[in-house]
Amino acid sequence: MYHKEKSIQIKNSASALYNNLSVLRIAPRRLTHFTVVHANMVNMVSASWDGLNYTHRQLQSKEPNVATSTSLIMQMYESDGSIMVYWHALDTPETPTAQAVFARGIAAVYENYICVGVSSGAILVFDVPSKGSNITLSEVLEEHKESITDMASECSGSQECIANLVTADDGGNLCVWKSGEEFQLLNKIPGFDMSCSSVKLWKGTAVAGYGTGQIRLYEAVTGILHAEINAHARWIYSVDIAPFSGLLLSAAEDSLVRVWHMTITPETNSVEVAHLHNECVTDTQICGARFCDGDGYAFAVTGYDLSEIIRYIQS
Amino acid sequence: MSMRTLPLVFINLGGEMLYILDQRLRAHNTSEDNSEKGVWSENDRKRVMNDIVGTMFSKAFMDELLKPQQLYSHRTMKTVLTRLAHASIMRLNPASMDRLYELMVMAFKNQVFLCLRPKDLLLISYNHMDTIREFVKDTPMAVNQVDETHRKIIEAYSSLSEGELQLLRQTLLTFFQDMHVRVSLFLKDQIQNPNGRFALTTSGPVPHGTDVPGLIRIFDCRGREVRRREFPSGGSYTSSIREGSFELHGNRVIRLGMNMYTVDHPEETHTSRAPSVKADGSPNPLAKEELNLLARLMGSMKTENKPKDESGFRINLFNTDKEEAEAGASASAEESLYGVINIQAMQDEQAASELARIAGQFEEEEEEKPEKPSNNKGEELLAMMDDL
Repeated sequence: MYHKEKSIQIKNSASALYNNLSVLRIAPRRLTHFTVVHANMVNMVSASWDGLNYTHRQLQSKEPNVATSTSLIMQMYESDGSIMVYWHALDTPETPTAQAVFARGIAAVYENYICVGVSSGAILVFDVPSKGSNITLSEVLEEHKESITDMASECSGSQECIANLVTADDGGNLCVWKSGEEFQLLNKIPGFDMSCSSVKLWKGTAVAGYGTGQIRLYEAVTGILHAEINAHARWIYSVDIAPFSGLLLSAAEDSLVRVWHMTITPETNSVEVAHLHNECVTDTQICGARFCDGDGYAFAVTGYDLSEIIRYIQS
Repeated sequence: MSMRTLPLVFINLGGEMLYILDQRLRAHNTSEDNSEKGVWSENDRKRVMNDIVGTMFSKAFMDELLKPQQLYSHRTMKTVLTRLAHASIMRLNPASMDRLYELMVMAFKNQVFLCLRPKDLLLISYNHMDTIREFVKDTPMAVNQVDETHRKIIEAYSSLSEGELQLLRQTLLTFFQDMHVRVSLFLKDQIQNPNGRFALTTSGPVPHGTDVPGLIRIFDCRGREVRRREFPSGGSYTSSIREGSFELHGNRVIRLGMNMYTVDHPEETHTSRAPSVKADGSPNPLAKEELNLLARLMGSMKTENKPKDESGFRINLFNTDKEEAEAGASASAEESLYGVINIQAMQDEQAASELARIAGQFEEEEEEKPEKPSNNKGEELLAMMDDL
C-alpha cells in the first residue's frame, strides 16, 4: 500500500519525546516544512516538492534566565523560522519542587487561538490576531491535575462540530472544550491511570493513543467509547489523522507504524475501524509520525537517535 | 524534563562500573594460593569494592543526589564517577576511565532502551543494588548502607506514575543520545548491530499491563461489544510475564541490570568507537549550576585521611611510565582501534609497603607481603597485554 521514499537528513537526531514531528504543507510555495526536536533545539527542514531543494534551520531556546526565577517555556516564530515573534515564561515556584516545569502539547484552535499545555496541567490560551504580532495570553485553563501530554483541535474543517479542542494528560484523562473568549469545558473523559501520549479530534471523535499501546476512539462530547484497538506492543508516541480520507496513523516504541481507516458517521453514531498497513522501522523506537497531506497520500516518521526523516508514499 | 534522574543514574552507572571492576580484579587473581607477586588478592578486591560502595551509598552523597535537580553533562558524571572509583586504593588513568565510562553508559543505555515499560527502570536499578549487596555481603556496614539507600529509593520513586517514569526515561534517553560505542560483548550476543545501534525485536512478551496487539473491538452506545476483528501485528508477541518485586528483597524477574560479565572473558569489555562520533561542542549555559552540583557531590563524599602523596595502585595500560606517555601521544590513532580497559596493578616498592600498612590496619589474615617486582612480573604483564 505504501513504499519507502527517499529520506530527508536532519542535522541532529530526534529526541525521545511524544509527537516529535510536525509537518506543514505550504501549497502556494510548493514546499513542506518538517520540524523535529533534539534536546532543547528545533531542527527545521524545508523540502521543495520537486525533491531538489532542502534548506535547514535550527531554532535554539533562549537561555533561561536563572537569576529571575522564570522558566522559559514557549517561543513563537514565523512559519519558516525566520523571526521570533513572541515568547512566554512562567514563574517558577519559590521553593524548587521535584516537579520540573516544561511545556508540552500545542494546538491551533478556531478561531484565532493557540493553546499550549504545561507540566502542571494548566493550559495557556493565547489570542493571536490575524494581523500584527500583538499576541496576548487570553486565559489559563486549569482542569487537568497531571502534566499535559498532547492536545488537538478539530481537523475535519467542519464548523458544525460543537467541540473543537481535546486535551490529554499523563493520567490518560481527556478534556473536551469549545473555544471562545472563555473556553467552555464540554466533557471530561477519565483515564485509567495510563498516560495518553497522543490525541486527535476528527468529526467529533477523539482518537487517543496510550502508553499501554492501545488506541481508543471516543465520541468527544458524550464520552461514549466507540472502538478500542490493541494496536501496539509498546508505548504509543504519535497518532495522526488525514482528515479528507479518514486514514489514521499510529506509531510506537515497538518500531511499528500502522495505517488504519476510520469511517465515522455522526448522524447514526456509528464508527468503523479497519487495519490497512504496517511498516517496521527496524531497531527504532519511533517518536513522531505524521501524514504529509490531507488525503494521507504520504506520511513521514522520526525515531529516537535517528538523524533522518523517513518518508512513505502510497504505491 | 525530569528532576529525579540523578539517583538512578549513579546507582546504575555505578553498578555497571562495579561489575566491570569486579571482573577485572578477579581476572588477575590467577594464582590459587595468592603467592603471586603483585596480583590482586581476594581481600584487595573486597577492599576496593567496600571502599567504592561505602562512598557511593553514603548518606551524605545519596541525600545530595535525591534532591530534585537536572541531569548535567557527561563531563560532570565522569568526574564524579572517577572520584568514586578513586575512593579505593585503585587508580585509573584517564584513558582507562574514558573507556570505562563509555562501557558503563552503553550498558545502561541498552537497559533503558530495552526495558519494556518505564516502571522497569526501578527493577533494573534494584538488580544493580542486589548485586552490589552481594559484592559487599561480608561487610555489614556496607550492606546497611545499600539497604538504607534502597529504602530511600523505594520511598522516592514508588509514588511516581507511569507517565512521570516515562519522562524520567526520556530524560535518560536524551542524555545517552548519539552515543553508539560498540561493545564486544553486545556485538557477540547480537544485542548491538555493527553500526552501534541496539537491536529491537518485534517478538517476545508484551509489558505488564499491555495486551498482545492484533484486536479491534467496536462498541455500541451502551458499551456492549458489537464486533471484533483481528489484524496482523507484524510481530510475534506473547502475553506478559509475571511482574517483578519492587520490595527491598525479591525476584526482579527481568534480567536487565544483572551482571553479564564473566571472569574468564575480559575481552568482552573491549569497546570501539563508531566512525562518526560527534563531541558535544555546544557551550553549556548551565555551566555554573553544573559546577555547583559537582562541588556539592564531591564535598559530600567521605574522604579518607590519606596523605596527599600516598600512592595507591596505579593503573596503567603499559609497563613503564615512558610507554604510558608515548601512548598518550598516539591516543587519537588508538581510538579507531579497540579500546581496552585494563586495570593492572603496577607495584613498586612504595606501593608494596603501603599495602602492608593498610593490611595491618585491617587485622585480617596476613597474606604474603608483595615484594619488589621481578623481571618475570614484567614479562607476565606483557603476556597479558598480548592476549587482549
